[in-house]
Amino acid sequence: MAEFRMPSLGADMETGKLAQWLVKPGDRVARGDIVAVVETQKGAIDVEIFEGGVVQQILVPEGSEVPVGTPLALVDGAVPSASAPPVAAAPSLPGTPAPSAAASPAAVPAPAAPVPAAPRVRASPAARRLAAELAVDLATVRGTRLDGAVTLDDVRAAAAAKAPAPAPAPVPAAEDRAAAMRAAIAAAMSRSKREIPHYYLGTKIDLKRALDWLEAENRKRPITERLLPAVLLLKAVALAVREVPETNGFWVDGAFRPSTPVHLGVAISLPHGGLVAPAIHDADGLSLDALMAALRDVVERARVGRLRSSEVTDPTITVTNLGEQGVGTVYGVIYPPQVALVGFGAVVERPWAVGGLLGVRPIVSATLSADHRASVGHRGARFLAAIDRLLQEPEKL
Amino acid sequence: MNTDDLRPAVLRALRRVAPEADPDALDPDVALREQLDIDSMDFLNFLIGIHRELGVEIPEADYPRLTTLDQILAYLGERRPAPAPGLAGG
Repeated sequence: MAEFRMPSLGADMETGKLAQWLVKPGDRVARGDIVAVVETQKGAIDVEIFEGGVVQQILVPEGSEVPVGTPLALVDGAVPSASAPPVAAAPSLPGTPAPSAAASPAAVPAPAAPVPAAPRVRASPAARRLAAELAVDLATVRGTRLDGAVTLDDVRAAAAAKAPAPAPAPVPAAEDRAAAMRAAIAAAMSRSKREIPHYYLGTKIDLKRALDWLEAENRKRPITERLLPAVLLLKAVALAVREVPETNGFWVDGAFRPSTPVHLGVAISLPHGGLVAPAIHDADGLSLDALMAALRDVVERARVGRLRSSEVTDPTITVTNLGEQGVGTVYGVIYPPQVALVGFGAVVERPWAVGGLLGVRPIVSATLSADHRASVGHRGARFLAAIDRLLQEPEKL
Repeated sequence: MNTDDLRPAVLRALRRVAPEADPDALDPDVALREQLDIDSMDFLNFLIGIHRELGVEIPEADYPRLTTLDQILAYLGERRPAPAPGLAGG
């Protein structure tokens, strides 16, 4: 019997509120399934389970706020048998609420709240909700994400195909949620500036080849399959990380823990001054198309406040692209416990000398903020040089 | 060219990427990206939304001509499949 516990969804998270269960006792779950929605300072997070099995018992009712590490449910890894497995011996962590719904003062189960019928269509709760709002049967929607999951876009497309009904606008995040997110950003950034000895390097990269290639590529594609320049930048960073692994991983308990997978955090600004940097998993191994799809998906879900637990906890290095605002150069603050952050500014046309000739080229500023405990400037310089080199051969990205 | 019938579809597509935007408050002669906090991903999704609503192909080379609401409506008016009854092959 395994315990599914309240995960830590950030270095500064102490408690989480269980907003919604997406499974019920008897449901079969697979590793990676989204089983619950937890409210945090970063908004609602879809929490994935790391062990498959059959849900035996829900220990914490919806609406309860519990400390990180509190057992939330019991999951049996064995194949379900006809005889009811004993659940009485549920272990309890010291200092955590008793694993009994009745023990919680707020434990009035809301019978009105229907437990989703757990259809086997893979879709985020946001997509499910939108589907419900638009009266779209999820089973009839073809998921376009890599793993076949149905995205918000798929639901909208299905709704648009069905009837010309306008999609209702999602309710913007409440002001108090914005305040909570601000507090979370403040805590993380204060810790970063307090603990991380940053060093900063910057370079200018000629994007002519990359953008020419992209333009030619996009000309061949229908609008729905076009790529954004940001995707080339992200892929170049992810590949450069392989060459300079000191930029990828975590500083934990006085030591650098390098990460082999490259989970690229992408900074996404939200209305009301919010900011999240969820991970695109294994970005170095994704094709540009897959990376574009992943970026679109994660931006969309970040905007509606429906990220997954693995996305908020996994980034091994973060990229922030502030060029949209026309800014020239980014001097980034590392997101602890990560050890590096790459910043891109606006792509601007500048006079640029190539082979003794002056021309006008699209130029972008790339900066690296890195943790001096994990890497030295010489390696950081190699990292930026690798990004530059990779962007000169866009067809290989 | 009369573009009145295009407007609702364009605003629907816009609402999907900028739900907080008030279409009535938009200045049709000022760039959308200056009036709304939308980035290049939002803008691309907006054009994809228009494409899905109206079936109009929008080459990337034309993006610079599509900055204001009026420009977009005029462009779509030129580009949309001919509404001529009976004649159009599709």
